[in-house]
Amino acid sequence: MAVAAAPAETVEGAAPRRTGTLRLIARNRLALAGMCVLAVLVLIALAAPILPLPDPDATEPANRLLLPMSVGHLLGTDALGRDILSRLVWGMRVSLAVGISATLVAALLGSAIGLAAGYAGGWTDSILMRGIDMVMAFPYILLALAIVAVLGPGLVNALYAIAVVNIPFFARNIRGVTLGLARREFVDAARLSGKSNLRIVTGEILPNVMPVIVVTMSTTVGWMILETAGLSFLGLGAQPPQADLGSMLGEGRKILFNAPHVSIAPGLLIFVLVMSINLVGDGVRDALDPRLRSGALSRPSARTAIRRTGAPAPRERDAALDVVGLRTEFDIGGRVHRAVGGVDLALRGGECLGLVGESGSGKSVTAMSVMGLVPTPPGRIAAGAARMDGEDLFALPDERIRQLRGAAVAYVFQDPLSSLHPLHRVGDQIVEAVRAHRPLSRRQARDRAAALLALVRIPNPRARLDAYPHELSGGMRQRVCIAMALANEPAILIADEPTTALDVTVQARILSLMRGLQDEGGTAVLFITHDFGVVSAICDQVAVMYAGRIVETGATDAVIAAPAHPYTRGLIDCVPVLGEPGRRITPIEGHPPPIDRLPEGCAFADRCPRVQDDCRSGEIALDAIGAGRAVRCLHPLVSGGADG
Amino acid sequence: MAAYVARRLLAAIPVLFGLSLIVFAMMALVPGDPATAILGSYATPENVERLNRDLGLDRSLPRQYLIWLGNVFQGDLGRSYALNRPVLDEVTERFSATLILAGTSLVLASILGLVAGVISAVRQYGWTDRMVTLAVLVGISTPSFFLGLLLILFFAVRLALFPASGMYAIYGGGDLPDLLHHLVLPAVTLAVVATGVIARLTRTAMLEVLRQDYIRTARAKGLTERRVVLRHAFMSALVAVIPVIGIQAGFVLGGAVYVETVFQWPGIGSMLVNAISQRDLLLVQGGVLVVAAAYVLFNLAADVVQTLLDPRLR
Repeated sequence: MAVAAAPAETVEGAAPRRTGTLRLIARNRLALAGMCVLAVLVLIALAAPILPLPDPDATEPANRLLLPMSVGHLLGTDALGRDILSRLVWGMRVSLAVGISATLVAALLGSAIGLAAGYAGGWTDSILMRGIDMVMAFPYILLALAIVAVLGPGLVNALYAIAVVNIPFFARNIRGVTLGLARREFVDAARLSGKSNLRIVTGEILPNVMPVIVVTMSTTVGWMILETAGLSFLGLGAQPPQADLGSMLGEGRKILFNAPHVSIAPGLLIFVLVMSINLVGDGVRDALDPRLRSGALSRPSARTAIRRTGAPAPRERDAALDVVGLRTEFDIGGRVHRAVGGVDLALRGGECLGLVGESGSGKSVTAMSVMGLVPTPPGRIAAGAARMDGEDLFALPDERIRQLRGAAVAYVFQDPLSSLHPLHRVGDQIVEAVRAHRPLSRRQARDRAAALLALVRIPNPRARLDAYPHELSGGMRQRVCIAMALANEPAILIADEPTTALDVTVQARILSLMRGLQDEGGTAVLFITHDFGVVSAICDQVAVMYAGRIVETGATDAVIAAPAHPYTRGLIDCVPVLGEPGRRITPIEGHPPPIDRLPEGCAFADRCPRVQDDCRSGEIALDAIGAGRAVRCLHPLVSGGADG
Repeated sequence: MAAYVARRLLAAIPVLFGLSLIVFAMMALVPGDPATAILGSYATPENVERLNRDLGLDRSLPRQYLIWLGNVFQGDLGRSYALNRPVLDEVTERFSATLILAGTSLVLASILGLVAGVISAVRQYGWTDRMVTLAVLVGISTPSFFLGLLLILFFAVRLALFPASGMYAIYGGGDLPDLLHHLVLPAVTLAVVATGVIARLTRTAMLEVLRQDYIRTARAKGLTERRVVLRHAFMSALVAVIPVIGIQAGFVLGGAVYVETVFQWPGIGSMLVNAISQRDLLLVQGGVLVVAAAYVLFNLAADVVQTLLDPRLR
């Protein structure tokens, strides 16, 4: 049953961009085909007594081993002159009946064990599950053979044997679900209301477990039909004169060389039957697999797809990185989520630019878009340009982007534990980053890696090269990530919330490390954070993002001293300041708007304390207010020279 | 590492005892009186009683189990009455033939399955992926006992490329090329289902891994896509797939029963089928015990390999 239990997808993949129900239906065309074939076969099996077929057991020695397409015998006859077509139909009846009965028996016993173990827990659970483990310690078919050996050959005994070896699959699946349900409130409520355990299990838990039982049945029934046929093939199942598809194949095998059609016919029928059932089973499981629904099983390509028409003109030629009109979208289930909706950013050499906003504001997506690291599917860059040294990054070939990644532009990500490969030593991961761009020998690259670890102030760097990520503390891991990013002395370092996942004290150390490195190296840093406290510690310039757009930019000191956008003010007010216990921390009420349904006008209007009627219509521009500052607000807290 | 292996070995001991208990209990549950079965229904009551005493069947079941277990430890699995030779001799001989067949199949299935799964995942929704997925679906739905017959008809009868049965040629064979020649068809037949399962799970594992943060890191470092897929994604996927390969070992060992019967391979599977038909229960008992124990040990080895690859498990 490992076969059926394996999560998989059907062949008929629709376009990978369409997730959701539509795609699942499209994907399940094969399941539908399987269902149709299966329905026809089951109908034929059910209708066998009324079909105009000759007696399957009537022998006709004169007409032995007739070939298919013979008169009166569409598929020919077997060694005793019996009609093969008729025998197939009747044999299929037996095979289906035995396979389905075995499934029901296994489902009944397995579910009972699973429910009991999951509901009772404790010792009952341990003993039952150790028993199940014991059964699973046997190779599957071998155990069925042993059971047949004990009970003696015969169709009913084969049925029991196959049922017993399949019990563990039901018991395990159902126990898992029951275990979760047994601790839920509605079960407690039922218990408090004085219901007996049996009534709780059958009345409250069983209905919730039913889908799991059905899925397990649909994924195991094909296998059970196959295995009962197999036992019959070996002569341990159906005994003459009774015949199922397996025993027909077994008998045909004896005359394989003279009359191959006698064995090919039942073999093909078993194959078609099992294949159609497996198609349906896969379809059922895929439709219920949350990973497929969420698109978590689609492969992101090496670089974000670029679907823009033309590139906007360059804005600031002196910037190390100049982002103009960037629009990045996610196409999820046919809905377009505009994560970044026209962002302009200029990062000058040696400068640290803070990109600030709540989660979901599009700041990370902006940063990932620069080097094409937004996963496709579902992401795509829909408009805009990012320029470095006059090169339009979105127009470059993939290989050129690969050469720039980690060399000219390096990244540090939020969670250092998930960002480092868990199975490779940190030294090897740094060496790899070095050697991707420099023709160094392993030994030279290793020296460089040790020097980098020393640079990020990791004590005893040589020894640390051999550590695995899980052996390091969070702060150490992030230092490793920073070292890796600095491996090729990048012109631009993009740090995506590099301190968010760390303890506060560690945060401070990493920040001072980055500040120091930046002062020494002259690297331009794009620093993404949600925390104005961090911004004030490290950034020269700041850009505030909300719902995919920049709402305010300016020099950090000026913005913090006098924020112009009410949202910026809100973010600053969220920062606790040490030594000012009386200061009120005011969270911003409400949530950002869903990015697949952005409102007209200002996206912040619904949460804004200063909102007026004109905020909710028209496009609001990012207007300059004084030297190097701009704000996207009709009623800013600080106004520039123009409106007085 | 050594400590880990020792710990896993210790943990396997109760499982092995459990197996022995189940195997013993099943044979004790056989309906009817073994002595009558051996002597036939015309035996005198005195003879039946004497044989029962000789076989130790007049003692209590726990006592019988302990005695049986003691004998097993001394390598005494009893005597096959149908073959009139020690069970252990027959089982070892047959099991080595099965190991050659099943081992080849498992290696074949692992290599093909991993390669197919990786290609399928990397080309997700491309035509290669569809072909692989369809082939997997067909493969795991084909009864091996039918596939074996088809291969015999085509490759042995029509093309006369490979022998249809046996392990060695009757005249003049017996060397390695001869064995390999006989091995091709049964090994392929036995590998098909396992290949399909391994390919399927490798594909899913690869797709899951390719969305991980550390893959993004690898790309951000500027590694070639080839290196990202083979060194970073495949390593993680392999760790996830190894236990599956361990479980497939069980399906391959079990599936050998069909394939050995079809190809008349002198392994333990065809031995068991014959022994069951002849009610040679001691032979069945010995065979099942040895194969099950081998399976437990193989899974243990899979665990250890997984631990070697994944430093977090150590």
